[in-house]
Amino acid sequence: MEVPILKQGHYLIASIQSALTDADLSQLREALIERVGRFRARGVIVDVTALDVMDSFAVRTLRDIAHMARLRGAETVIVGIQPEVAFAMVQLGLTLKGVSTALDLEEGLLFLDQQAQLRIERGTGRIDRG
Amino acid sequence: MATKGKDALPPLPDPQALSESTAALLRELVAHLRQNRTQLREEWARRITRAQLLTAMTEEEIFAEATSVYDNYVEALETGTFEALQAYARNLSERIIPRGVETHEVVGIVLLLRDVLARSLFAKYHEDFDKLNRILDAYEPAANRIANTVAVGFVQERERIIRQQQEAIRELSTPVLQVRERLLILPIIGVIDPQRARQLTEQLLRAIRTNRAKVVVIDITGVAAMDSNVANHLVQTVEASRLLGATVIVTGLSPEIAQTLVTIGVDLSEMATVGDLQGGIEEAERLLGYKVLPLEEVTPKA
Repeated sequence: MEVPILKQGHYLIASIQSALTDADLSQLREALIERVGRFRARGVIVDVTALDVMDSFAVRTLRDIAHMARLRGAETVIVGIQPEVAFAMVQLGLTLKGVSTALDLEEGLLFLDQQAQLRIERGTGRIDRG
Repeated sequence: MATKGKDALPPLPDPQALSESTAALLRELVAHLRQNRTQLREEWARRITRAQLLTAMTEEEIFAEATSVYDNYVEALETGTFEALQAYARNLSERIIPRGVETHEVVGIVLLLRDVLARSLFAKYHEDFDKLNRILDAYEPAANRIANTVAVGFVQERERIIRQQQEAIRELSTPVLQVRERLLILPIIGVIDPQRARQLTEQLLRAIRTNRAKVVVIDITGVAAMDSNVANHLVQTVEASRLLGATVIVTGLSPEIAQTLVTIGVDLSEMATVGDLQGGIEEAERLLGYKVLPLEEVTPKA
């Protein structure tokens, strides 16, 4: 089952609609990394709102996506982790350490905008709290 | 209230099924106890005071309860059934436990009654040793059963009260409070057991989602002590909150708790801490982009 990936400006948004098999997850990872390069995306959002459960493979895949995207110049945000899923994840010790997270799509976009803004400021050597 | 399977004692032989002589002996015994009710009760109350039991109660109260216990005791001996006694024991326990009466006191007074009644039997039948033996054969199993019933009833009532109090503590559910847009505060008070910790975490995560919180201040000033389990729960709560996009600031760590956390090697790298709640809220506001100014500075000067 292929996950739809939308392009919004410099960002890619992958919206997971239902439970994914390991193969689906791997395919999502390949598709995202490919598109990051093709569109020179600056940010990736993976929306997992629809997932009731996330196993260790899913969590590892998300981590891989974030690391690979960063190597290709894009910041990744995982959004929409449900409270029950978050609880289960920490209990099982499945961490998304080093991966940015946000409550939902809106927050995720805001976060990416802020990151982009900070990068510009660092580039011009000017700190301007816009 | 039915007794659980594992607590139930084997029933005494039915009085009717007892041999005729044993039944007759029991009847004689009960008659003797009823006849000498007043003196025996008084003797018992004296012994209770001498043994310094039930110090939490006044003499009048002791005498009143002694009367009820005595009558229930004799009734149980007579009928060979113990439901009424069980019910009475529970009822009595419910009344005296809040007064601070301890288990050893309850067991003590029942055993004293057993002694007082046994002594009166020795006094009555001392000339007929054989009869005394037969009377004691009838009396002892029943008396032991009674002591058991009362003691167990007391203990079960205590356990019921403890469970009730635990429930009440658990239900002192700490509210998650929104103090600013996107800012939640979770003040934790009292003892955190694993179940309560879990409940708090779930509550907090739901609140983060509902209120779209970006910062949460968890204040543990009211938490007296923390073991490694609770500390890990706290770390998990912080991490789970982060997965929902919220930053957690922990405030109010006492020196003892700070030491505990360091000693047990909890991973504190992900946990932001500030000394007190005020500092925590100020930090949270800063993170959210708020700046709090006194009014004079805001009013434009002429």
